[in-house]
This record gives sequence, structure tokens and C-alpha cells, in this order.
Amino acid sequence: MTLNRKLEESFFKYLSAIVSVLIILVLIHIVYSIIAKGASALSWEVLTQEPKGGFYMGGGGGIFNAIVGSLYLAIGATVLAFIISLPVALFINIYLIKYPRTLIGIRFFLDVLWGVPSIVFGAFGFILLMYMGMRNSLGAGIVTVAALISPIMIRAMDEVLMTIPKGLQEAAYSLGSTKTETAFKIFFRQALPGFATAILLAFGRGIGDAASVLFTAGYTDHVPEKLSDPAATLPLSIFFQLSSPIEEVQNRAFAAAIVLTFIVLIISITARLLYRKK
Amino acid sequence: MKTAIVTAEKRVEHITTEVPIMNISNLNVYSKSAHILKNINITIPKNKITVLLGPSGCGKTTLLKCMNRLTDLYSELRLDGTIEIDGQNILTERNRITEIRQKMGLVMQRPYPLPMSIYDNIAYGLKLKGVRDKNVIAEKVEKHLREVALWDEVKDRLKSSAQRLSIGQQQRLCLARGLAVEPEIILADEPTSALDPISSRVIEEQFSKLKDDYTIIMVTHILRQAKRLADYVVFMYYGEIIEHGNAADIFENPQTDILKEYMRVGH
Ligand SMILES: Nc1ncnc2c1ncn2[C@@H]1O[C@H](COP(=O)(O)OP(=O)(O)O)[C@@H](O)[C@H]1O
Ligand SMILES: [Mg+2]
Repeated sequence: MTLNRKLEESFFKYLSAIVSVLIILVLIHIVYSIIAKGASALSWEVLTQEPKGGFYMGGGGGIFNAIVGSLYLAIGATVLAFIISLPVALFINIYLIKYPRTLIGIRFFLDVLWGVPSIVFGAFGFILLMYMGMRNSLGAGIVTVAALISPIMIRAMDEVLMTIPKGLQEAAYSLGSTKTETAFKIFFRQALPGFATAILLAFGRGIGDAASVLFTAGYTDHVPEKLSDPAATLPLSIFFQLSSPIEEVQNRAFAAAIVLTFIVLIISITARLLYRKK
Repeated sequence: MKTAIVTAEKRVEHITTEVPIMNISNLNVYSKSAHILKNINITIPKNKITVLLGPSGCGKTTLLKCMNRLTDLYSELRLDGTIEIDGQNILTERNRITEIRQKMGLVMQRPYPLPMSIYDNIAYGLKLKGVRDKNVIAEKVEKHLREVALWDEVKDRLKSSAQRLSIGQQQRLCLARGLAVEPEIILADEPTSALDPISSRVIEEQFSKLKDDYTIIMVTHILRQAKRLADYVVFMYYGEIIEHGNAADIFENPQTDILKEYMRVGH
């Protein structure tokens, strides 16, 4: 190697090492501050009780409404998104395989949707809500978040389906399977572990998003009992508590952040593990 | 008297050996940039092992895929000509493609077990054919696993995943799976190329036994394998059929320089 190439090589080696370390330090700092501020406020009461009167001014109670609301919302949205995404992902990989150009177009479109800021989905959901004369509710939030995470889920499933060997498809057809049978009996099973990752990925995105539920799910101090009730969510709960001038309330916001981070972390690790097992 | 009987028997045998099962005429396959198969004309005899022989890339796999319309899965391929099975041109068929494919069992270069248990791999095709009776399915699973000499190895773990079998076992399972749909024809694309010598020999032995009940069309580029198994040989080169005929004639008396050269350097 010439000296120049050696220099180039070590320059980029150190550059990428430094950047990696920086990013990890920032992440550690974020997690550390959340825990430092929130740990003291984290208590059984905070986790298991709805806000009491004057909660946002330092009154008693907890964020149970937001924890349950977020879980309802994210689970509901993930189920809905799955019902939409599964047929779409299978369809493009079984029926559209003969139309490579259409396929490229669809994938590009989904990637663009993936990149659309969630506030746009929120605004879209809100307009739809007004148009239908409905009020903020768990149901509306679920629909909006499902719209937000469907492109992610479809593309993640699509990537999994693309790795299925052509030979397996040929084996399925040569035994006399129709396209639908190949999709649901062979592709679906083969892709199942990868699908689990796709589902968790979408769930993680859904549960952490604030902007899409801001106008659509509303906010309440109570656990929703039906789809037409408004629902609180962890991101909004954090937002409202942080806006309070009282430090005790702000710390509770960080406690809520710990809970949210913990849920997302568990989901990500599970997704990783499932992916690796495959 | 005696001689008359013998000749009569001989003649009968001669006739039955020449029954055609598939008739390919003027078959051409084009991709966007190449002419992959050039004017293919052959007749495949029933209950024989026909070997498609030739160097890699000469179009053997493509020819095999035409026979059960797997070429449909490749948007870039264009076909013309006819392939007749039981007097029906399968290339123009629109609605009965699954039935056509069920007339043929496919064994591929590498085994692709379905993502399900060993048992279900074989039951799958049966269920597609409409077999519902659990006892019948169980019987056939055992019968076909025995047919490929796999039963004793897997009988205690029929419910475990087929994808965990060794590659040689997987290949035999894929053969059994193909046999279970009771095809008339077995299409095999270099079925031993991914296997160790012992598993290869097991598969070859199965093929020799199976030809009493099935017509076998096997692709190989291994000359010695072709010599061991073939009744009828089709030698291909760059998308064309160069020579075809009875194995003995072809191997003892090759006509073209290309085949002579292939036999000289082949192994
Ligand atoms: N789907 C396809 N698209 C374009 N070219 C193809 C396709 N399938 C096969 N070919 C080409 O056709 C030729 C024959 O391929 P193949 O039938 O796989 O040969 P063989 O099985 O004899 O090795 C090769 O040159 C290959 O690149
Ligand atoms: Mg080949």
C-alpha cells in the first residue's frame, strides 16, 4: 500500500470510531439523565394509579392512565396494521413478482410514506375525524397510528419475504399449490420469525409517537373503557407534565419516560433476539 | 412354436418401451437478451429414465422448468412451441396449471423442504389433491417415506421440522413429497449435486427402482451418472439438442465432435 492509502485508511478508521463513541456517549447521557431525574419519582403509586385532582400541579396519583392508554393504542394499532400489512406484503411478493417496474414503484412509495413526519399523519387523522363528526378517541388514535406504522410493517415484511428462496416458491407450485395457497401456507410460515420482528418494530414506533395521537386520541385522566373514549398516552403524559413549572411533576415526567424507554427497549431486544434465532 | 412365442413377446416388449409420454416440438425460449433454448424437438419415452446431459449453462434447467410451467414465475422469459402431455399442449393451458404440475414431481438441485414438519411436507400435496381421510394420509406418508428409504431414519420424529434434517435426508424427503402426489413423471434437476457420495448413491438407487412405475427425466452434467442411469440420452449444448437416442447408442457411438469431446474430458 502507498502511504496515501494507508493514511486514508487510518483516517476513516479513527473517524468512524470517534463518531461511534460520541453517539454512544450521547445515548448513555440521555438514558442517565432520564433515570437520574425520574428514578426518585418512580413508585408503585405512580405506576398503578390514575392522576388525582391537581395532579399536574403536584397532586397525588400516577400515570396508570397513560401506561394503559399507550398499550391499548399501540396494541390496537399493531393488530390493525398487521391485518392491513400481511395481505399487502404477500400480494406484492406473489402476484406482482411478474411486474418488476410496478414493484419498484410500490416499494418507493412505501419508503416515502415511512419518511413522512408523524404530525402529518396526525393532521390527516384529525381532518378525517372532523369530517366524520367524531371526537378524539382511542379508536381514532388507533386508526391514525395504524396508518403511521403500516408502511413500516409492510416494508419490513416485504424485506423478509424477499429473502425467501425462489426454489421454495417453485417447490410449492410444483406440488400443485395455487398462488393463494403458496402465499398463506408456504410464504407465511417461512416468514413467520421475520414477521415477528416486523411487528415488534412497528409496535415500537407506534408506542413512542406523540404527534400522531396529539389531535386524534385526545387526553384523559382515566383508563379508556371503549373505543370511543379518549385515551391518554405516555408521550403526551410526558409532554404535559414537563410543561408544569413544579419540579416534582417534571420528575414524574421523567419517570414516565423511564417506563416508555423500558417498554421500547424490551420490544427492541425481543425483536433482535427473534431476528438472530432465524 | 417356441421361437414364435419368444419373438411375439419381444415385439410386445419393444412396443411398450416406445410409448411416448411427452412430445416437445419447436420449443424456443427467449430471455430479454438471449435465445436460451433453440428449436427443441424431442419425444420422452414412458417408464424410462431420460437424461438431459450437457455442460452448465446449456439450458437443461430451463427445459425442465418448461415442462411443468415453472417458467411462468419468470417474467423475463418468453416461450413458443408446444409441449404435449396426453395429447394436450400444456404451454397454452390457462386454467388447469395446478393439475398439470401435479402430474409431475419435481426434485431440484438443492432440496427446499416446506416450512413445516416432516409429516406435513408429504401430507401437504395430498391435501391439495383433496385427500381428507387422516388414515389414508398417514398410510401414504409411510409408504412414500419407505419408497425413498427414509422411513426408518425419521419415523420417531415425524412431527419435527423438516428443515432440520440433513441435506441428504431433505433431498430424499423432497423426492417422497413429489411421489406422494402420484405423478406420472418425475423431473429431477441434478438431484445429487448438493449431496455427499453416499447420499447420492441412495438417490440414484431410488431412481433405478422408480422407473418401473414412473417416467423419469433427469438433468445431470455428470457423464458417469448418466451412464449409470440413462435409458435415453438427450445431449444439449448452448441451448440446442446436439444428439439424442438410446443410451447405449449415444455412449458407444457418439456422432458429433462436441459429444466426443464432452465424453473425452467428462468424468
Ligand atoms: N430467468 C432467466 N433470465 C435470463 N436468463 C436466464 C434465465 N434462466 C436461465 N437463463 C440463462 O439461460 C442459460 C441456461 O441456463 P440453465 O437452464 O440454468 O442451464 P443449465 O441448467 O444447463 O446449467 C444460461 O445462460 C442462463 O444464464
Ligand atoms: Mg441447471
